[in-house]
Amino acid sequence: MIGLLVRRNLLFILMSLEVMVNAAGLAFVVAGAGHGQADGQAMFIFILAIAAAEVAVGLALVLLLYHRYRTLDVDVASQLRG
Amino acid sequence: MLKLLWLIPALPCAGFLTLAFFGPRLSRRAVALIGPGVVLASAVVSWSVAMSFFLAPPPGGAFVQELWTWMDVAGFHPKMALYLDPLSLVMMLVVTSVGFLIHWYSTEFMAEDEGYSRFFAYMNLFVASMLVLLLGDNLLLLYLGWEGVGLCSYLLIGFWYTDPANGRAARKAFYVTRVGDTAMSLGLFLLFTQLGTLQIQDLMREAHDQWGTGSKLATAAGLLLLGGACGKSAQLPLQVWLPDAMAGPTPTSALIHAATMVTAGVYLIARTHVIFEVSPTAQFAVAAVGAATLLIAGFSAMTQWDIKKSLAFSTISQIGYMFLALGVGAWSAAIFHFMTHAFFKALLFLGAGIVIEACHHEHSMFKMGGLRKELPVTFWTFAIAGCSLAGLPLVTAGFYSKGLIIWNAYASAGGSMVLWLAAVFGALLTSIYTFRMIFLTFFGEPKAHVVKRPGAAMKIPVMILAFFAAVAGFVETPGFLGHAHVFSNFMQKALPEAVERRGLGMSELGSEAVVMLAFLAGLAIAYFFFLKKPALQESVTEPPVGQAVHRFWFSDWGMDWLYDKLFVQPLWWFARINKRDFIDSFYAAVAAVTRALWVVLRSTQTGRLRWYAAVIVAGTILFVALALVAKP
Amino acid sequence: MILVWLIVVLFSGGVLAWIAARWNEAAARWISLAAVTADFLLSLELWRKYSAGAHFLPNGPWLVDFNAEWISIPLAGVNIHLHLAMDGLSLLMVALTCLLGIMSVLTSWREISQRVGFFHLNLMAILGAIVGVFLAVDLFLFYFAWELMLVPMYFLIAVWGHERRIYAAVKFFIFTQACGLLMLVSILALVFAHHQATGVYTFEYADLLNTPLSRGAAFLMMLGMFLGFAVKLPMFPLHPWLPDAHTEAPTAGSLILAGLLLKTGAYGLLRFVLPLFPEASRDFAPAAMTLAVAGIVYGAVMAFAQTDLKRLVAYTSVSHLGFVLLGIYARNDWALEGALVSMIAHGVSTGSLFMLVGQLQERTHTREMDRLGGLWATIPRLSGIAMFFAMGSMGLPGLGDFVGEFLVLMGTYYAGHFGLTVAASVGVLFSTLYALKFIQRAYHGPNTHQWKIQDLAPREALIFAPMIVVLLWLGVYPQPVIRTFQPAMQAIQQFSNAPGEAPPR
Repeated sequence: MIGLLVRRNLLFILMSLEVMVNAAGLAFVVAGAGHGQADGQAMFIFILAIAAAEVAVGLALVLLLYHRYRTLDVDVASQLRG
Repeated sequence: MLKLLWLIPALPCAGFLTLAFFGPRLSRRAVALIGPGVVLASAVVSWSVAMSFFLAPPPGGAFVQELWTWMDVAGFHPKMALYLDPLSLVMMLVVTSVGFLIHWYSTEFMAEDEGYSRFFAYMNLFVASMLVLLLGDNLLLLYLGWEGVGLCSYLLIGFWYTDPANGRAARKAFYVTRVGDTAMSLGLFLLFTQLGTLQIQDLMREAHDQWGTGSKLATAAGLLLLGGACGKSAQLPLQVWLPDAMAGPTPTSALIHAATMVTAGVYLIARTHVIFEVSPTAQFAVAAVGAATLLIAGFSAMTQWDIKKSLAFSTISQIGYMFLALGVGAWSAAIFHFMTHAFFKALLFLGAGIVIEACHHEHSMFKMGGLRKELPVTFWTFAIAGCSLAGLPLVTAGFYSKGLIIWNAYASAGGSMVLWLAAVFGALLTSIYTFRMIFLTFFGEPKAHVVKRPGAAMKIPVMILAFFAAVAGFVETPGFLGHAHVFSNFMQKALPEAVERRGLGMSELGSEAVVMLAFLAGLAIAYFFFLKKPALQESVTEPPVGQAVHRFWFSDWGMDWLYDKLFVQPLWWFARINKRDFIDSFYAAVAAVTRALWVVLRSTQTGRLRWYAAVIVAGTILFVALALVAKP
Repeated sequence: MILVWLIVVLFSGGVLAWIAARWNEAAARWISLAAVTADFLLSLELWRKYSAGAHFLPNGPWLVDFNAEWISIPLAGVNIHLHLAMDGLSLLMVALTCLLGIMSVLTSWREISQRVGFFHLNLMAILGAIVGVFLAVDLFLFYFAWELMLVPMYFLIAVWGHERRIYAAVKFFIFTQACGLLMLVSILALVFAHHQATGVYTFEYADLLNTPLSRGAAFLMMLGMFLGFAVKLPMFPLHPWLPDAHTEAPTAGSLILAGLLLKTGAYGLLRFVLPLFPEASRDFAPAAMTLAVAGIVYGAVMAFAQTDLKRLVAYTSVSHLGFVLLGIYARNDWALEGALVSMIAHGVSTGSLFMLVGQLQERTHTREMDRLGGLWATIPRLSGIAMFFAMGSMGLPGLGDFVGEFLVLMGTYYAGHFGLTVAASVGVLFSTLYALKFIQRAYHGPNTHQWKIQDLAPREALIFAPMIVVLLWLGVYPQPVIRTFQPAMQAIQQFSNAPGEAPPR
């Protein structure tokens, strides 16, 4: 999470996201094991699928951003400023 | 013939419409025919109507001609109807006849003016409105004419509109008279609400039946009507507009601001006399206003250098006499003085017009002088009118009408010694300022070169008026002088006779003798001060006290200054500081707050991804913490 | 069906004009002139037919009635009807709309040269919506027409206006929209209250009339609706949008704003607020009348303070509509009918003053008094006309405004509000100030700027002649007008007098 907040490179932000998603999945599995139920593992399968989709979209956006700004610095892409 | 009554106001109205729409395209000759022509036609019709009124008086002593119903709302149905009785008849004859003479005079007086047709259009509209005022059968129709003459007065005072000073005088006249009109309209509401009609005769009957003597409502109604009358007739405290109104062309001053319109207040009070009979308080107020005005204006008239302004103050003062007569219950005496005043004051103004033209538009009497030989006709007619104004005994109309009022101020039911003294002192003042005017203008060393002499169209009306100014008084003479009562007998059908008090300490002859003395004293004073020893003037006005008094009187007792400070300046001040409407600033403040919020909130939208992420994290932590804290 | 035609003719005229303007701009003008004239003739024909005023339809005080299903949601039991009806009051207002509509087309004949087609589309849309407002008796339909007026008016100001047009248009829109939403809330609240009482959802005017309401609820609903109408009127502290909107709008826009849009507010008060919430209105009357008198005096003084001719005339509207509000809430015959005569007369006289100022601006390109003056010498005819309407505006007897104001004041006095009558009379006095200032600063005085401009053109004479005739006619013989709306006003009064209360006479 710290990586997500302090890194400026979009790739690292994405990686941090992946780590966070996996951490949440791990928490599910552990909790499922702890309670002796299979729901936690089923949820991890969902999370894997969503993470894959998210990476696909995220990388596509990263590519587009790189095409546009020739950089992966997120602070440059701040056109939504009010 | 009576059926032709509607033509009398309709003819000048038609003249107005013709001149208003086609005036600029007509030749001057055509305008000079149409303008006075319609008034002449109207005068002819009124005389023939008057004849048939005399010969075959309609039943009830009054003739009503209903034209159409103006409006009809829930029991309020004023009609467009004309009402002819001796009171409106006399007023109507004077208005159309004097009106015609002044129109005739104007054809020459205004001959070189650019707005020739405009002038006659306004004058015709004035005559039409005045006749509606006089003939109106209900107070609402009277009010229509009332405002109509006010409008014409405004238009004619500001006739030479390129000079802003004229415009200022015109607007002042309109504003001040409208102050009175506001009071009058409130009076109308009160009368209608209480008595359920505005038809004058019904109103008088109802007022008499429903209100006991001394009723508070009657007093309120009377005072409100008096307010209207004071505005239009330039009485205290609303007299300030009339001296300024002299900015208009001189025939206008003669017709509107001397002979007819300014006496509308007298007519109004005479018309609604029952209300004043029911309320002695209101009637006394009328007398008090009249007496105070005639003195104040008399003093002011003595100090003016402008011949027209002097005449204007004289008009105010003479109308004060009429109010005094109304106030003491001498109704027909007031109308009698109205009639003679219309003749001699119109004549004085017309004469002044000739003199001013002759001296190259010079208004100051001190720069005239010795015109007696240069303008003999003008001099003689002016002198006759002046003598009539001052009340030259026995041979002038003014003597009879003013003497009657002064006698009534003492002898009639509402009269008293104080009022009589005020009236006599007023007569002295009148005599002084009149002869001051005559001596300064026509006697002494010639000071101005005569550049223009009057032609026939100016001389003949003046001579006709001079004739009436002299002889019109013989219809009503005191007991010791033939005891003619033609006028009051005729008036009796419309207005009640004056009731004499019992146990009087003075006879009519005595009163008249004192008036004669006042006249002679005034003549003598004027002679010494302005003809024999002009140096005497300075000995009076040189010392500081004399100077201050002179300035005070000259400025109409400082009332203009007072009103300026009390009403005009604050209004201007408010208008100036609030031009941008302070209410709007409230809404502008709402808009400004919105804008400020926008500035604050927009700064949170940085567009930086990491900032958003951080805020999300912070928010989540905050809410989780809150949930944890709130749980136990 | 004729009522639908009244609206359809205007809208289709606008669309046709819009299409035609692609090829020929003059055609657009002629088409919209034809449409609005046709409407005017229709309304006159209706007037002639029903001038006796005795042809009441069985379902209310209506002369003509049109009712069709519009939106129906059977499951919820909601039925919204396309219900148009006309009584004497709406008849006169529609006739006035069409008359001023003709004038607005004529007066923009030369003034508008850009996007002519779109201009006429907007103009016709406003007129159509106004006619809709005057005819709708289904509250949903009414609100629909009410909001429909706003958008084209916004465009009229924002596209063809003068220097600060966007500011003025936005201000106009926000003011009226904000208070309009309050009105919507009130309408919905009333409908739900009616549903609670009877189990029927309806927006029908006649059904909602006798909805039983608790005192507090009725007062709140009344207040919401009142604000919606009062801002249009405009009532005293809600007026600041008006001077800006009037000043910046093109002449036709000012004419319609002053002559018609303001009247929709007064009409709404008469048609809806008084009859729907009789007790609440009675409780509120003293406050409304006080605000009305404040508006009369304040408007007059503000008019006097202005140096921009259009702003001056705009503030006179605040003053005059104060009389209308005063009359509506004095609630007796004289005051109500006076208020109506005032509405019509104000539409004519103030509308004409706006057109006069518009023509001056067309010729001299200024509205500032300091840049004008002494115009009488060069344009005597236009000046004479200006004098006429200025006198009308200051309530000279013999012209329409006087009749209205006199009746209103008399009714107010009769209703026992002596102080308010005096204050309002002082307002009349102040009207002299601004009317004479208008004349003095523009037409009298020295011609310091050496203006030499063209006097009255025939097209302009065609505009002013009917206006002069109407104003004079209202002044000396208003009886036909009064007779036409009298039954409608009596019906309104009947509803607004709650049972047990003696009718204020």
